[in-house]
Amino acid sequence: MKRKIYNDLLKILMVLATIITCSIVLFLVIYVMAKGLPNITWELLSTKPSILNNTIGILPDILNTLYIVIATIIIVLPLGVGAAIYLTEYAKNKKIVSIIEFASETLSGIPSIIYGLVGMLFFCEFLGFKTSLIAGALTLVIMNLPTIMRTTQESLKTVPQNYREGAFGLGAGKWHVIRTVVLPGCVDGIVSGCILSIGRILGESAALLFTAGIAHTLNDIINGLSNSGATLAVALYIYAKERGEFGIAFAIAAILLIMTFLINLSASLAGKFLKKRKNI
Amino acid sequence: MKKRKLIESIIHGIFLILGLVTVGCVLLITIYLVVSGLPAIKEIGLFNFLFGKEWASTAENPKYGILPFILTSVYGTCGAILLGVPIGFFTAIYIAKVASKKIKTLVSGAVNLLAGIPSVVYGLVGMLVLVPGIRKLFNIPDGSGLLSAIIVLAVMILPSIIKVSLTALEAVPKEYEDGSLALGATATETYFHISVPAAKSGIAASIVLGVGRAIGEAMAVMMVSGNAPNMPSLFESVRFLTTAVASEMSYSNGLQRQALFSIALVLFLFIMLINTILNLFLKKNKETTK
Repeated sequence: MKRKIYNDLLKILMVLATIITCSIVLFLVIYVMAKGLPNITWELLSTKPSILNNTIGILPDILNTLYIVIATIIIVLPLGVGAAIYLTEYAKNKKIVSIIEFASETLSGIPSIIYGLVGMLFFCEFLGFKTSLIAGALTLVIMNLPTIMRTTQESLKTVPQNYREGAFGLGAGKWHVIRTVVLPGCVDGIVSGCILSIGRILGESAALLFTAGIAHTLNDIINGLSNSGATLAVALYIYAKERGEFGIAFAIAAILLIMTFLINLSASLAGKFLKKRKNI
Repeated sequence: MKKRKLIESIIHGIFLILGLVTVGCVLLITIYLVVSGLPAIKEIGLFNFLFGKEWASTAENPKYGILPFILTSVYGTCGAILLGVPIGFFTAIYIAKVASKKIKTLVSGAVNLLAGIPSVVYGLVGMLVLVPGIRKLFNIPDGSGLLSAIIVLAVMILPSIIKVSLTALEAVPKEYEDGSLALGATATETYFHISVPAAKSGIAASIVLGVGRAIGEAMAVMMVSGNAPNMPSLFESVRFLTTAVASEMSYSNGLQRQALFSIALVLFLFIMLINTILNLFLKKNKETTK
């Protein structure tokens, strides 16, 4: 009897916890969508804020987000993929490998506010970039390096060893093998790393507040990178906390939520693709 | 032939440098935090800085004691763990062992979405739902404070706890469970008495990961905690280590600014400690599931 009560109690707790988790997600999604979607208008998406007309538009923030995503990915890709290739293809010295892996684990544990602070000190002040999108992008490069490294490394490990041996046996040099055999085999890992990084960049605010700044001016990508600019997440914070424009904030939140959903979807698709290839 | 060898070794060198970039970044962050964080501590005095109970950086006689921030961060993190771990733990067991395949995909999808939601969105919803709710429920003048922050943090650490525990629980060899079932234990007893102990270092790692997330979160907490440098109490406006840095950075100068770097250094030391513990558990987990 006692045993049955104990069993039932644990079962109830498990179901209850799962229901709580799911209802939190449901509530968040429904609440943000209900409050945000009605506020998304074409005017909001296609204009910049104007004090004269007293209107708010988030086009500059959308463009800034795009610029910072592009700049970050372009810089982080060669660094991350290169580091992963070094670790799996070249490194023979176990000590160096463990130092690099320790460094990458440390980086992934550091909170974004510390990245923001060091980014401000190093990129904005020491290197003289001032508060600008490029300083923000460089800060995000350091943040996302471990992600790209990890996914590329995982994917490199699935390239069968005998492909490499076959190529070496035919007389190819190491670089040739990497370029023609190894790299094409790990494209999916690189892609899923990029997807994860984009998700992180979209949601990042603490690291960008002091490095990329909070301006809402309209720029093209060249001018944009050297000027200060708020991304969508930073703009959300500014509109909610400092301006009290909750309608705008919810509209941005709804956009971010939809992006998160799309990114998760494509990440799981990429993951499935990777798994399929692993089984062959 | 000689030329080809030369090119190969140059390329090897390039990749080595790319590999060492991460190490350089860690060194850069550490050195910058130490160099910019130490002067203020020296000037204020380590004891006064860490154990001073008052923070009044803009007063005429400025006081730089960060004990309220440290305690708030510690209490806030403990609260979030107390609230988030049981929910995450039981959910993870349910998804890993009980749920049908369909429910499993559905719930894991929901958890992944929760992990991807930007922290400012949590802050926004907390600000407009949680804070007024707490104000009405407890009949206090302002709902923003430690309790709101704890609830927001508990939700934010849920996905880390569920995901890492789930991986550990799924790695438990099926033979262990089959043996227990064959000896007459019920399915539920097997999960809690066999699977959970077998996955314990993974579950411990998930909790430590949650601690790291909670202590490092800035923006969401900033939006719901009220941000006054009080000693921590559930219903009062409080300031965390992270929000202390973020809230004054934009207008600080001189010693005040240096003191903010010192706070970041303290936060960094906390995080490094947590990371070391985390790696310990993860290593153990790898060994036990091998």
